[in-house]
Amino acid sequence: MAKPLEEVLSHHVHTVEAPHKRHWLLDYLSTVDHKKIGIMYVLIGVFYLLVGGVEALLMRIQLFVPNNQFVSYPTFNELFTMHGTNMIFFAAMPLIFGLVNLIMPVQIGARDVAFPFMNAVSLWFTFVGALLVNISWFFGPAPSAGWFAYTPIGLDKYTPGTGMDFYVIGLQIAGFGSLMGAINFIATILNMRAPGMTLLRMPLFTWTSLVTSGLIVFGFPPLTVGLFLYMFERLFGGHFFDATMGGNPLLWTHLFWIFGHPEVYIVVLPAFGMISEVVATFSRKRIFGYTSMVIATVLIGFIGFMVWVHHMFTVGLGAMANSIFAISTMLIGIPTGMKVFNWLFTMWGGQIRFKPPMMFALGFLPTFVIGGFTGVMLAAAPADFQYHGSYFVVAHFHYTLIGGVVFGFFAGLYYWFPKITGRMMSEVLGHINFWLMFIGFHLTFFPMHLAGLFGMPRRVPTYNPGMGLEIWNQLSTIGAFIMGVSMIVFAANVVYAFTKGKVAGADPWDARTLEWAVPSPIPEYNFAQTPLVRGLDPLWIAKEEGSTVPAAEPLGPIHMPSNSFLPLVMAVGLFIAGFAAIYHRLFFIVLGLEVIALAMFYHSLNDDEGHHILPEESTRVREVRA
Amino acid sequence: MRPKHRIGLLFVMVGLLFGLTGCGRTDMSVFDPAGPVAKMELSVIMTSVYIMTGVFIVAMAILVYVLIRFRRRKGQDLPPKQVEGNNWMELTWTIIPLILMGILAVPTVSTAFALDQKQTGPNTMNVTVKASQFWWQFEYPDLGIVTAQALHIPVGTKVNLKLETTDVMHSFWVPRLAGKTDLIPGRVNTMWFEASQPGEYQGKCAEYCGPSHGVMDFVVIADTPQQFQAWVQKMKNPQVQPTSAQAAEGEKLFAQNCATCHAIAGTNFKGVLGPDLTGFADRPKVAGVLDNNPTDVEKWISDPAAIKPGTKMPKLPLNQQQISALSAFLEGLK
Ligand code: HEM
Ligand SMILES: [Cu+2]
Repeated sequence: MAKPLEEVLSHHVHTVEAPHKRHWLLDYLSTVDHKKIGIMYVLIGVFYLLVGGVEALLMRIQLFVPNNQFVSYPTFNELFTMHGTNMIFFAAMPLIFGLVNLIMPVQIGARDVAFPFMNAVSLWFTFVGALLVNISWFFGPAPSAGWFAYTPIGLDKYTPGTGMDFYVIGLQIAGFGSLMGAINFIATILNMRAPGMTLLRMPLFTWTSLVTSGLIVFGFPPLTVGLFLYMFERLFGGHFFDATMGGNPLLWTHLFWIFGHPEVYIVVLPAFGMISEVVATFSRKRIFGYTSMVIATVLIGFIGFMVWVHHMFTVGLGAMANSIFAISTMLIGIPTGMKVFNWLFTMWGGQIRFKPPMMFALGFLPTFVIGGFTGVMLAAAPADFQYHGSYFVVAHFHYTLIGGVVFGFFAGLYYWFPKITGRMMSEVLGHINFWLMFIGFHLTFFPMHLAGLFGMPRRVPTYNPGMGLEIWNQLSTIGAFIMGVSMIVFAANVVYAFTKGKVAGADPWDARTLEWAVPSPIPEYNFAQTPLVRGLDPLWIAKEEGSTVPAAEPLGPIHMPSNSFLPLVMAVGLFIAGFAAIYHRLFFIVLGLEVIALAMFYHSLNDDEGHHILPEESTRVREVRA
Repeated sequence: MRPKHRIGLLFVMVGLLFGLTGCGRTDMSVFDPAGPVAKMELSVIMTSVYIMTGVFIVAMAILVYVLIRFRRRKGQDLPPKQVEGNNWMELTWTIIPLILMGILAVPTVSTAFALDQKQTGPNTMNVTVKASQFWWQFEYPDLGIVTAQALHIPVGTKVNLKLETTDVMHSFWVPRLAGKTDLIPGRVNTMWFEASQPGEYQGKCAEYCGPSHGVMDFVVIADTPQQFQAWVQKMKNPQVQPTSAQAAEGEKLFAQNCATCHAIAGTNFKGVLGPDLTGFADRPKVAGVLDNNPTDVEKWISDPAAIKPGTKMPKLPLNQQQISALSAFLEGLK
């Protein structure tokens, strides 16, 4: 099967040996390794989670008492717009992309993603997109028309200034990054699985990554088109959404939600995958109803595309349209319910260990169930006439987004942290982190259901005194600060892990899937020898036999792609072009685009074939990392 | 799980206590409907709450049981039996939710159609609502009346609303009377509602519309039929003659500074950019948010943007004496 070493190496002109060591920062800036890219995605995600969190706390301070003057009304509008935009696009998406990048290739026994260079391009586009949107705080007004930027309020006429331009162009750039990332994941999952890993032997995290990537591929183009029209309307005076000029504001609403609804499944499906992995491992049982889990995942993805109008029940589409979309929305409850019961019955008859990852998974369950239930309540169109645009909605989507994405992500992060860093986090701090977050969360968001039903609209910087709204808002604010403290505990835990954390070893949790068969931290080539997969949970199968996962090939030289600064250069070019477009500087637009074009040109002409890692080196790494 | 569950229950109970028994004011509580539309909507809400609570309790009971019964104990070294799944069980939790959704779908659809119908017959009335940043105008096409910020309706009459906006999207929401419908540029939306008891019902703009979205308030005043007729008569023959020297001074200032935007029936002030001020003295609020008394009227005129940032009403170069005169004139408009 393997060719002789000389033959493999013969057609490489250079770099047979490992490349020279760079300073770690330069190494990260130029890396094409999916694990380092994954780490950077996670860092971006955590950073914007904190930024968005601070924005949320400022809003909650403002709402602590009625008629508060802590921030001005316009500033409050900037806060919720940036909070929503940051949380969805620059916290949730990068966290998901980060963990998919870190873990998915290893779970399927691949050495890398399908297009490592493009992977780095995706990362840097996301990075500069986020940067562009957020520097608006320093360059004039920040965006202030809400994260779904409804027209006409978001148009030049009603929101003048550069704020919304930063939003439109920043999201456009980050969106390109996500789209490329998704294509990369699909190609990787479909083509690069280890021998024996059929589609129905893929771990559920990989399955959810696949479906999520599919949703991105179909969901982002409508957003891209919408943002393009938006950009034309704002920068060049197009009139697609301007009713006074023959446009239609509902056009944007539809385009946005055709993307926006699948988007919530884009971020929550991988979280479902993480929960599945964690629940199985910490119950020491195989996932219950694997096939129905896969079917449910695909169904959720599919139905997720057909329900966007439930965001528009009040725009006056009529009883017929509302009924159709109400019922199709309720249908989503069914595959979601299937998942919940499969998780419960995975634990049934198991041996449950209450480690921090499992705590977050367990916290996820009731929270997400409530979020799902309020979702079904919202789906009942005439009832939604009351909920829509009120704090009830704010409560609902935080139950799904924090209950799903954030709890899911923390479960995944506590679970895979030893794999990524080689160090264990503190269990005590993990439990404190969990309980503060869980209690703080419910204290923050449960009262919002009631505030909404007692008449509090969303996106309001103040509320009328004496309507019975004070108490709920005060509880919310207190809860939000408890959540803030939980994030500090989390930070402390990371510091603890790096200073005092025990060395993890390859398989600290007695886990089931392939990523636990390689050393921790994962060597840059993942598997010295591609593994042979003989069923679901290959590592568990091997452990039951008292052996290790068999290899599908002999030990040989491992081909690796080389690092490159070009992805970063391209992103910088796009950043310049985007920034210049906001201020109408044609020269710099052209300059930025030229940088990208040249970088692409250089990349195509430069035939760098990468390098090889020799067997001696991979053996040595395995001995050091055990 | 369990502490959470208890906290949740506590919240629901405290919430229902506040909402249903009317401790404190409940001017905007969805749980306290004052008309058939809000009642129908509440009944769909409660149906879904009952179904969902039932399912939640079942799921949580299983969870709690599993967590207690199947925690890992000392000495459990051998792994548990690895179960693949169970087709019958998986089918069960596919079919039962399907049935539950079916049960919920029926009232959902029937209510959706009931609310969509334009109301006809003797006891009906038409009103056109026009929203602008950040105020509301109400026109009674059959009565020839225009008013702003406060919508008068007679009790027991079905009101058909036509909803239009002059600028961005807004949403018309009076929680105790009816759920919301959006006002969208280039479209005319419709809805209907009815108040069964007299009273004042707080309304809110429920679609983000700019800096003062949060204070774009209005009120629906449900009068007895006699009161309503009296109000209509007053609006048709309003008292506009200034009753004092100060008010007369105010009228002059109004003609110079305000009439380009504001109209007053029975005068030749015909501005349309701002709210119609006919019968101003009888309105409960100024600009929808401040109390209607001389102090607050003066507060509003002296700096509108301090109350409603982004408002189109400018801060006029007037001194305190002039502002008081204007206020005196306005408070005479009955
Ligand atoms: C400490 C945690 C958080 C708190 C206290 C919080 C609080 C809030 C508040 C007060 C609002 C404004 C509601 C309004 O006035 O309409 C809001 C909006 C929002 N939040 Fe959060 N939030 C938190 C975390 C998150 C997370 C983790 C996500 C997503 C992953 C998220 C997504 C959103 C979105 C999309 C909006 C809507 C923004 C808009 O209306 O444009 N939030 N949040
Ligand atoms: Cu409004």
